Amino acid sequence: MHVVYPVVVSALLFSIGVYGVLARRNAILVLMSVELMLNAVNLNLVAFDVWLRDRLHGGQVLTLFVIVIAAAEVGLGLAIVLAVFRTRQTIDVDRLRALSERAPGEADGEVRS
Amino acid sequence: MIFVVALVVLLPFLAAAAGLLASRLRTGREAPGDRAAYRRAAWFAIAAATASLALTVWLVLVLTRGAVPAGEGRPFWTDLLPGRLEGTLSVVETGSVPVAVSLRADGLSVLAGMLVVVVALAVQVYSVGYMRDEPRYPSYSAFVSLFTSAMLLVVYAGDLIVLYVGWEIMGLCSYLLIGHWWEDRANSRAAVKAFLVTRLGDVGFLFGVFTLGIAAGSFRIDDILRADIPTGTAVAGTLLLLAGVAGKSAQVPLQTWLPDAMAGPTPISALIHAATMVAAGIFIVARLYPVFLGAQPTLDVLGVVAAVGMLGAALAALAQDDLKRVLAYSTISQLAYMAAALAAGSDRAAMFHLVSHGAFKALLFLCAGLVIHHAGSNLMSHMGGLRTAMPVTFWTTTIGLAALMGLPPASGFFSKDAVIAAVEHSRGAAQPFLYASALLTVGVTGAYATRAWLRTFFGPARIEPLPEPPPGTAHVFDGREAPRSMLWPVGVLAVPALLLGFAGVREVDWGSAAVSLVVALLGAGIVYALWRGAPDQDPARMLGPFQAPCERAFYVDALYAALIVRPVLRLARGVVRTDAKVVDGAVRGSGRATLGLSTLVRLAQTGNAQLYVTGLLAGLLLIAVAAVVLT
Repeated sequence: MHVVYPVVVSALLFSIGVYGVLARRNAILVLMSVELMLNAVNLNLVAFDVWLRDRLHGGQVLTLFVIVIAAAEVGLGLAIVLAVFRTRQTIDVDRLRALSERAPGEADGEVRS
Repeated sequence: MIFVVALVVLLPFLAAAAGLLASRLRTGREAPGDRAAYRRAAWFAIAAATASLALTVWLVLVLTRGAVPAGEGRPFWTDLLPGRLEGTLSVVETGSVPVAVSLRADGLSVLAGMLVVVVALAVQVYSVGYMRDEPRYPSYSAFVSLFTSAMLLVVYAGDLIVLYVGWEIMGLCSYLLIGHWWEDRANSRAAVKAFLVTRLGDVGFLFGVFTLGIAAGSFRIDDILRADIPTGTAVAGTLLLLAGVAGKSAQVPLQTWLPDAMAGPTPISALIHAATMVAAGIFIVARLYPVFLGAQPTLDVLGVVAAVGMLGAALAALAQDDLKRVLAYSTISQLAYMAAALAAGSDRAAMFHLVSHGAFKALLFLCAGLVIHHAGSNLMSHMGGLRTAMPVTFWTTTIGLAALMGLPPASGFFSKDAVIAAVEHSRGAAQPFLYASALLTVGVTGAYATRAWLRTFFGPARIEPLPEPPPGTAHVFDGREAPRSMLWPVGVLAVPALLLGFAGVREVDWGSAAVSLVVALLGAGIVYALWRGAPDQDPARMLGPFQAPCERAFYVDALYAALIVRPVLRLARGVVRTDAKVVDGAVRGSGRATLGLSTLVRLAQTGNAQLYVTGLLAGLLLIAVAAVVLT
């Protein structure tokens, strides 16, 4: 199998992930998009590992690492999303603007609607 | 021996410190009220002045026993007081010309020192009565003591830098005491004016001291007198010194501060602005007289200044309505006489007139204080007919005015004759001018003295009782004469004012004395005749159209205001505006520009993380495209 097929699939996956991160409002969907991007990278790693016939299979090892770290990251991310939901009653990314530069005279830390 | 001189100088200084620090000190049971502080301050001041007087008398006795130095060119005082004392505490190494902290006492300094302590003691005793209900009396008497100390330092200094220290402290005390009633804006303005004008002269004085000191290689007065200073340097140095002399002694062109200085309490006018501080300028010239004799151009300048000053001030005195201002202009005129004697080459006549003028002018000011105390006003148009109400004041004032006019046998007759004889026999470039001016001034002096005498003590009474004295005038009280403590100093000062002249009776030039006496009586006679015609009108009306310029002292103040004061103020306002608009504007503008730019940048900071990531991606794409296109 030519290496072009998996690379194109992974590029598509990555683009879908980028679109999701930039455009989705739901924080959980943003997290899922990040997973898509990670998996696109994983696919790339495995494909090139096979294509280059790496004796040590560095690509596959790195893929295992990425999977483990992605699992931990998703755990952390979901916990943050839960915490945000408990305090703000929403996980709409557009409405979480506590880090914005405040206009003078505006109370700090409030959600801007 | 020299420690006695040091004590004479230091005792009033200690009294000043004690008066300032200790007169309101708590002593055990209760805090002293105003009365206790007042009494204590009076004791400090009078005790120190008395002790200084006693020590000065002792110094005189010591100096009479010295050996008379031989030689022709010896100074005039060695006949009477041949001895001299000198002592140096330490020599301060400055890197170039060393400063010797030294005192010296010889005939000249003891003569002036005697005048200072006698007048200071009289004024201190007088002030106890004059300032009776004054809440700031302790600081007042302490400043008078400090002034006395500074003046004695000037008199006894053995080094020009030490002298300059005393000179400046005198100026400071003058400022503080003129502004004693600072609640009135006019008084504090007069104080500032006096300070600034004399300071203008002091700058010249300091540089004159430097010039002479560097030329002689030492600031010690003896070394400077002995040094062989080249004529050009001597002329430059003495001309610079002359600026300080003109400032301190209120000579043309720096005379404008003295009439305004009359805003101070009257005893201060007697001590500082008549008898001692204003005479310090004359004293300096006499002290350094050999240097001045070696600089004839300076003496010519001094002669012209004296000739203009004496006549102008006398004419101004003739038109004043304020009794103290009459005396102030008269002081300028009499100081110009001393300067004339110096310009004519006779330091003896100048010092003689300085001492007798110190006595009779202090007497006149203290008498004026009594009159003002009684009348509650400075203006002669509010006085009149006081002869019967105040007999003691009347007679002492008569003695003082007789001395001022130069009528025998008062002291002024002899001393003024000595000055006029010296001017008559001198050979300067300015001599004819100076002699004519001196004789004319004698006549005008007779006129204004007679006018003041008649307007104050004769004619109809014009006193209107004031309900509440405004600040700056003395207290009004109902007694017919002043209290004893004020009459005693006046009576004591009347004795030297009357009799001091007989010390110079042997040197009288009877010819010039007769001329000046006739001229003085002529001036007095004209005023008397005018006054007889209309006793309730001002004899100054004889000046006709010149009365207004004379009253305004020939518009010198207005001229200075137009030429110097207003341009300087305008310049100062311009500087302030430049500072506020340009310098501060640049600083504030840069801050404001930074803030404005930052608001633009802050627009991007919306808090939306997705926007940031979009930006990141866009940037990444740009870099990637650039990398592809450019390589």
